[in-house]
Amino acid sequence: MNRTISLRRLRALCHKETLQIIRDPSSNIIAFVLPVLLLFIFGYGINLDSTAVRIGVVLEDTSPEARHFADNLYGSPYLDVTTKLTRSAMEEAMIAEQVRGFIVIPVDFSTKLKRAAGPATPLLVVTDGSAPNTASFVQNYLRGAWHEGLLQRADEQGKAAAPNITLEPRFWFNASAESRNYLIPGSITIIITVIGTLLTSLVVAREWERGTMEALLASPVTRTELLLSKLLPYYVLGIISLFLCVAVAVFILDIPFRGSLLVLWGIGSLFLASCLGMGLLLSTSLRNQFNAAQAALNAAFLPALMLSGFIYEIRSMPTAVQAFTYLVPARYFVTAMQTIFQAGNVWPVLLNSSLFLLMSSVFFIGMTALKTRRGLE
Amino acid sequence: MLHRIVTLVLKELQTLLQDPQSRTILILPVILQLALFPFAATLEVTNNTLAVFNEDNGNESLELIKRFAQAQAFSELHMLYDETEVRDAIDNQQALLVIRFPTDFSRQLAAGRGANIQALLDGRRSNSGQIAFGYLQEIIENYSEERDNPANRATPSRLVFRHWFNPNLDYVRHIVPSLVAIITTISTLIVTSLSVAREHEQGTFDQLLVSPLTPNMIMVGKTLPAMLVAISQATIILLAGIFIYHIPFVGSFWLLYASMVFYILALAGFGLLISSICLTQQQSFLGVFSFVMPTILLSGFVAPIENMPVWLQYLDWFNPLTHFIVIVKGVFLKNIGLPLLLHNLWPLMAIAAVTLGASNWLFNRQLD
Repeated sequence: MNRTISLRRLRALCHKETLQIIRDPSSNIIAFVLPVLLLFIFGYGINLDSTAVRIGVVLEDTSPEARHFADNLYGSPYLDVTTKLTRSAMEEAMIAEQVRGFIVIPVDFSTKLKRAAGPATPLLVVTDGSAPNTASFVQNYLRGAWHEGLLQRADEQGKAAAPNITLEPRFWFNASAESRNYLIPGSITIIITVIGTLLTSLVVAREWERGTMEALLASPVTRTELLLSKLLPYYVLGIISLFLCVAVAVFILDIPFRGSLLVLWGIGSLFLASCLGMGLLLSTSLRNQFNAAQAALNAAFLPALMLSGFIYEIRSMPTAVQAFTYLVPARYFVTAMQTIFQAGNVWPVLLNSSLFLLMSSVFFIGMTALKTRRGLE
Repeated sequence: MLHRIVTLVLKELQTLLQDPQSRTILILPVILQLALFPFAATLEVTNNTLAVFNEDNGNESLELIKRFAQAQAFSELHMLYDETEVRDAIDNQQALLVIRFPTDFSRQLAAGRGANIQALLDGRRSNSGQIAFGYLQEIIENYSEERDNPANRATPSRLVFRHWFNPNLDYVRHIVPSLVAIITTISTLIVTSLSVAREHEQGTFDQLLVSPLTPNMIMVGKTLPAMLVAISQATIILLAGIFIYHIPFVGSFWLLYASMVFYILALAGFGLLISSICLTQQQSFLGVFSFVMPTILLSGFVAPIENMPVWLQYLDWFNPLTHFIVIVKGVFLKNIGLPLLLHNLWPLMAIAAVTLGASNWLFNRQLD
């Protein structure tokens, strides 16, 4: 048997595979409709910035001083304030998730305020801890508004403010700290993972299920040719949907893109190779379309969503889980995508990611090659 | 008639459970998610790296750095010595946050004036950055207060924070109750839609239709097994949440399970709808996947609903998971009363009525 690649046979196989892609509506749905749909869902639905946190003010004290303090909160662009006069009414509103937290201005607020030299009495802020991320936003925003209120008050009274230490935040690459600017590039990773593995997880299993695999194996086709013919057409399809996602992100969702398209193409190809390889490996070993698709979801989608650092901070995970994330290819592509989109071509980060992605694609495609040979014997 | 339905349910359960591969598919994701999600799905900031560029070196800045280093959010502290290092630390993601003390920091404070510290954050991780920033701000506030002399204080009081239902803002208390709802979603949809699709593909659906079973009985026979599977999976997660993750269950089990039944009905309606439109298992798998992804992503589990655009929030009313997560979290953590529960339950009933009605119509049409 001829072990070298014959271009003519490879072209014929790719042609056959391409025809199958074009004629099967589900491949086209996976490659073109699904990514755009998912990107819009990620783009509009996943936003961690509480732009207007719904908080409540319990005005037990209705004196001008108390109202003046509450005015500070109404003025804040970060807060959407509801006022109630009793604590119990506000507690009900918080349990019903109408507000995410509230501040209580107690009956003796104005009297205490007047004798400012007395011992500091704390003002109570209650948050809804069942939504922890929003609760920390409530905490941060109220602290900020409170700080500002104090400065303003000192200013009005003509006193110099107490010697305050101010911490000034400055966000690099993303001056207004919009989470979508890094969530959307990250979500493209999840989308490419899903479509890359889903596409190829079905192809070899389909040949086995339909019995056409035996026919292929009986022909003079070599292992390399078979593998390449399963990879190349889907690679083209995957790269098209990657660039489709990037175009939607940049032109429709207005995400700044600071890196180079060439670099994106290079790293994207490595990542796609590893996804396609994983799908092919599952397909080759399970030989059943449904199980392969199911396994692809569990082996590719869930780790990509949970363990890639796309939304959940890897450094905050337990050490064992952190160690596991090093094996998830999506982790490296999330970092690369966020960097290419927001920071531009930062070589140390990008080269590191490329190296790991190269290793994982070699691993998955190599494993598939081994499995394929076993099938031939 | 009851006898016929029971026979059909038993047959469905047999198909679901007899094959080891399908048993694995029912159990493995539950265990995997239970073991992985509560640990991985956290937006808390711990064990991160803080970098400090101290151009001041006075007592005050050193004291603050010492306090920053003790914060739980940071396990590593890097000292930086020039601008290039600052840029590299952020560019190469060596630090989440760089704190920069200006040269006159201690001098300003000593002179009784205010002083500024710069915090440089990585915009690629702005959410974590903002949370860590909040921790640092708290440390600075406490420090200022200690230094503060009551005579020149303009601070009449300070803020004290209490986090209800979750005093330490622990993510597990958000994740596990949501997981109860998510597992129920996935298994109900997969079991209903794929079992009908399998019958379609194997041609046995026509046999069912010509049997003495009415289309309504077939629907019940497809829905009940899904309900049994989903409720058992949800119970596993619930028990694990209470006994392994030690989350206090404060509400009523009866209310939770009663709402779960309505939720499963609403979803079974979607599952049957998907399967009556699709012809093969592969198509209904795609259908379920395209339905489940938006359902979970837009349910408020990943990111709060109030952060979404307003039109999407209205659209989300039709997402059954949105209502059910509120119910599970409400009963589990907050012991919500019946009026509030009903407020979230009636949309589920409405969705169930519409989807079950529609799939019933489609089933009957296939008979003609």
